[in-house]
Amino acid sequence: MSENTTITLEVARYRPGVDERPTMQLYEVPLRDDWVVLDALNYIKDEVDGTLSYRWSCRMGVCGSCGMMVNGVPKLTCSAFLRDLAPGPIRVEALQHFPIERDLVTVLDDFIDKLESVTPWIVRDEPEPPPEDGEYKQTPAELATFKQYSMCINCMLCYSACPVYGQEPEFIGPAALALAQRYNLDSRDEGNDLRAMVIGSQNGVWDCTFVNECSEVCPKHVDPAGAIQQLKLVSAVEWFENLPGVPSRRKK
Amino acid sequence: MTVRKPYYERPSSTWWLKRWPYRFFMLREISSVFIAGYGVLLVVLAMQVYRGPSHLADYVNFLDSPVMFVVHAVVLVFALLHTITFFNLTPKAMVVRIGEKKLSAVMMVTPIYVAWLVVSALVALLFLL
Repeated sequence: MSENTTITLEVARYRPGVDERPTMQLYEVPLRDDWVVLDALNYIKDEVDGTLSYRWSCRMGVCGSCGMMVNGVPKLTCSAFLRDLAPGPIRVEALQHFPIERDLVTVLDDFIDKLESVTPWIVRDEPEPPPEDGEYKQTPAELATFKQYSMCINCMLCYSACPVYGQEPEFIGPAALALAQRYNLDSRDEGNDLRAMVIGSQNGVWDCTFVNECSEVCPKHVDPAGAIQQLKLVSAVEWFENLPGVPSRRKK
Repeated sequence: MTVRKPYYERPSSTWWLKRWPYRFFMLREISSVFIAGYGVLLVVLAMQVYRGPSHLADYVNFLDSPVMFVVHAVVLVFALLHTITFFNLTPKAMVVRIGEKKLSAVMMVTPIYVAWLVVSALVALLFLL
């Protein structure tokens, strides 16, 4: 591809205190074969317009910082090649369903609160033994039950793809619920009862209508939609087990 | 110093028109309305059977019209959509593990389709024989 070829980016701009709402600004950037949308944004920032704000860090699909709407679809901009989006124009906006702080930067507070709400760490009934007493052992088969759900990079693409979260921002949402399932399935954890209250709450798994787009856009193939459906099954079984006279058979 | 003033816009009520996966989801969801509607037709059929042969004949006459043929065809399309999407989503809700390996989606779904075909063939045989 010729180095002289260019492609148009329509980038959403929002300057708090100046703009009432986001507006689109056009930029011409070189269309290079090995450039992703993030490279194009970096080119704009460095060469054309230094006022453009956006988040990024690793450039290799690991940090989860550079999620944005690319032509209306939530994507990691470090993985979205310009050549696949040619001839353009390419529309780049902040992740939908989140408040916009500035330009392409969103407010993360709600997402972080939701992550915390599912107790995303290993919970033990008894106090932790000292490290010299040895580690908690886990077989490869036990690891395999939850490993997929531990691959989440908190990029929030799933929240942006989830229409339920868009309509009902109280919904705990895909990534946090997948993380709850990750710890629930961990053989070292004993915190299922703690998470059950959140998972089965009004804003928990039963809000999900199984659109499945969260799993479709997930760059790490975590499959939060699958995790949520499995949690629905667990939540339903727990409801029956809590009926008078029904013995419990589940992990604590 | 820049003032913080986050901009938030709730999605419009037409959010589902924006992308094909959302439109397809809405089709899948609305398919249950058609299936529920067909359930009403069947309940009325049972009532007419209970009320006697003349009522049943009237109802069969009512069903034997071009409009009702179209209604049945539309319901069939939505019933197939509902069934196929439901079957295909099963491996997500049910995880079967053999040691460290997860049973593949194809292995999970194939027996369901086979069972569906067998039951459909048995029902068809009941009416044809």
